[in-house]
Amino acid sequence: MQAGDTEGEFMKIKTPLGDEILALRAGDSVLLSGTIYTARDEAHLRMMKEKIPFDPKGAAIYHCGPVIQDDRIIAAGPTTSARMNSLTGFLLDAGVRCLIGKGGMSGEVSKSLKGRAIYLAFTGGCAALAASHMKLTGVFYPDLGMAEAIWVIEVTDLPLVVGIDAVGGNLFSRVDERARERYDAWIRDQVR
Amino acid sequence: MNAREEQMLRKAVSDATLACIHEAEVFLPPDVKAAIAAAYDSEADPVARGELANIRTNISEAERLNLPLCQDTGIAVIYMTVPHCYPVHEADLREAVYDGVRRATLSVPLRPNAVDPVSRQNSGDNTGVAIPPIHIREGSDLTITVLPKGAGSENVSRIGMLLPSQGNEIPAFIVETVLLAGGRPCPPVVVGVGIGGTFDHAAALAKEALLLPIDVMDTYEMEICTAINNLGIGPMGLGGSTTALAVKVKKAHCHTASLPVAVNIQCWACRRATRKVSL
Repeated sequence: MQAGDTEGEFMKIKTPLGDEILALRAGDSVLLSGTIYTARDEAHLRMMKEKIPFDPKGAAIYHCGPVIQDDRIIAAGPTTSARMNSLTGFLLDAGVRCLIGKGGMSGEVSKSLKGRAIYLAFTGGCAALAASHMKLTGVFYPDLGMAEAIWVIEVTDLPLVVGIDAVGGNLFSRVDERARERYDAWIRDQVR
Repeated sequence: MNAREEQMLRKAVSDATLACIHEAEVFLPPDVKAAIAAAYDSEADPVARGELANIRTNISEAERLNLPLCQDTGIAVIYMTVPHCYPVHEADLREAVYDGVRRATLSVPLRPNAVDPVSRQNSGDNTGVAIPPIHIREGSDLTITVLPKGAGSENVSRIGMLLPSQGNEIPAFIVETVLLAGGRPCPPVVVGVGIGGTFDHAAALAKEALLLPIDVMDTYEMEICTAINNLGIGPMGLGGSTTALAVKVKKAHCHTASLPVAVNIQCWACRRATRKVSL
């Protein structure tokens, strides 16, 4: 079995990203190649305070705190994106086109993605799979420590799903709303 | 036991801890792999199938590359059984386990995850004040079990102090916990449930339930698991019929005026390993 062995069609995209991403819709599968920048809570705070240490135009941010050993990526699955909900606006304003992580982001972020950027979901916990698609090329803010530094990574055909598209489509909230309806219906059945 | 034998034993405990952590971080237990394979076979949703395919590829890549399954290598929760009248002091056993955790941090390697709760200062070696937690009880052999627990699923766990009259609302509390968690704990999850005991014991039972084999469930567990899967949250919260691989329940007697229910959520990487320590 190959990585991302699904029945769906994959669209290949490459950084720096442009308007091609605007055509993608929540639920679409993509293979991403190019440069991505890891960033978690601390890196976001530092970038807000100082300045973004890389060219943000068309860039992809990866919510990830990897395990690095001897300049090699050992494990690099996604972290929970929701922690960055309130820390993301300035990146999109600076031209970032794509956020990658797990679990989705708030309605607020969904709104600010409109017309310019997308959120891609990477399978949580798939650190070994991620590592086999990645090569480490640089680092910013190494003083923040292994999990919180910004690691510059070259990726090849990383299998991702569009979680939130640039026209307001949000797979996470769609699934969540349906789950709540089904829960309410189940509770009503229990009481009966 | 003389000083030399004691030193050998400490080394054996440290070695067993290291071996358990390595095995748990790289190789998923057969019952968990089988549950994920069964979920892939029965899943109809294309996005969900893609997620489960990624998980299965990840499992085989971790084994092939001898690397941790997930970059959140967790906090090592340790369970030990110690024979009656064992000639080594508990404090020495604990120190030997700590030594094994420090060695594993360098050799597996593990991400340094242990921080001071307020200053967030990282200890750098996955040990610290009361970390890793070590649960010791009596058993016929000296054994070590490691359950590396990641934060994504730990953070959506819940405890409820239900009323004694709310016994039939326990399933709803469990299902609601999974609903509120959504995609955040990296579903498909394993749901560990502790019913009864005291406030703290219920949580301990819920975590211990995660050590039980997940290829068997009783009727009560099965009904709750079905209700969870009917929510359609699916792998990673992207939709599908696989939200939980299993629900496992452990019970203890409790005060006649209380009904504690703890739900400890575990991501699909239900990591655990056990070693017998012998000299």
